[in-house]
Amino acid sequence: MDKEMLKTRIVDHFPSASIEEGTEWLTISVDASTWKNDALKLRQAEDLKLDYLFCLTCVDWKTHLSLVFHLHSTIYRHTLVVKTKMDRNLPEIETVSDIWRTAEFHEREAYDLFGVRFLNHPDLRRLFMTDDWKGWPLRKDYEDPVNMIRL
Amino acid sequence: MDVKDVLEKNEPFPGQVHPTPGGGILVSSIDEVISWARSNSLWPLVFGTSCCAIEMMSTASAKYDWSRFGFEVARATPRQADVIIIAGTIVNKMAPVLKRLYDQMADPKYVIAMGACATSGGPFFYNTYSVVKGADHVIPVDVYVAGCPPRPEALIHALITLQEKIRNGGSTQGAVDGNGKNG
Repeated sequence: MDKEMLKTRIVDHFPSASIEEGTEWLTISVDASTWKNDALKLRQAEDLKLDYLFCLTCVDWKTHLSLVFHLHSTIYRHTLVVKTKMDRNLPEIETVSDIWRTAEFHEREAYDLFGVRFLNHPDLRRLFMTDDWKGWPLRKDYEDPVNMIRL
Repeated sequence: MDVKDVLEKNEPFPGQVHPTPGGGILVSSIDEVISWARSNSLWPLVFGTSCCAIEMMSTASAKYDWSRFGFEVARATPRQADVIIIAGTIVNKMAPVLKRLYDQMADPKYVIAMGACATSGGPFFYNTYSVVKGADHVIPVDVYVAGCPPRPEALIHALITLQEKIRNGGSTQGAVDGNGKNG
């Protein structure tokens, strides 16, 4: 299914979502508080069936954090990118690991490196860093005077 | 070091053969024979942590073929390896593994730091929380190779440099003391 067709279906389901222009894949922004319901709809709606989460990323914009979800449908072969914004001081969002199983690891990674708290995640702990690590290394303001040489 | 000079200067065997009826008498020193033998059969450990490992594999395969110089038997266990080529970035989590592998290698053992990361941290020297700034913080290094990643020719050059070092009696550091001081 091509981008335009997916766009009309997305607009049907999410009239309030803002659509980003000039991107390779159809990109929409949704509110963090409604993300869980939106995700369920994206996965289950008969004309969307986005059953495959192939990437989950966090971005530190200094003013806020944003999560980027890359979704794909193995049935219709269309791809959708969903972005959400979070408060930088208390980044909390509902987990989608029960909707896409892959998200369990991806969310652990985002927690490990950005400190995003995924509510109701089954096993939210450090993934790459050691268990006793302090801080979130991929945040722009991260400081580590022992290991880092600042330029 | 110019490899051409080394290859031209090197005699096939260190010592003289005096022909006598029915055979010959060989005159040499044990030390020279040992280091000659060691330098020509360096078995590398299969160890690569990033893109340098791709160049190392290329050096091992048909086009560059490091077995021409005696490195053909890459070993998957440190117990059987003579030289470890640190091919890639060493991160803080990898450092203890590298140390253990080095400790498990039998003496005499040699280390080549391949590329910018293994030499100094390279592109990860600044603003990184996870990278060891040079593998020589973890284990002693005999030969450093510049490059990011170094070309196969550069690695072969490093290996020949190591051979030359061994033939000249340098670096049995592990055998002399465990602290990596040159013996």
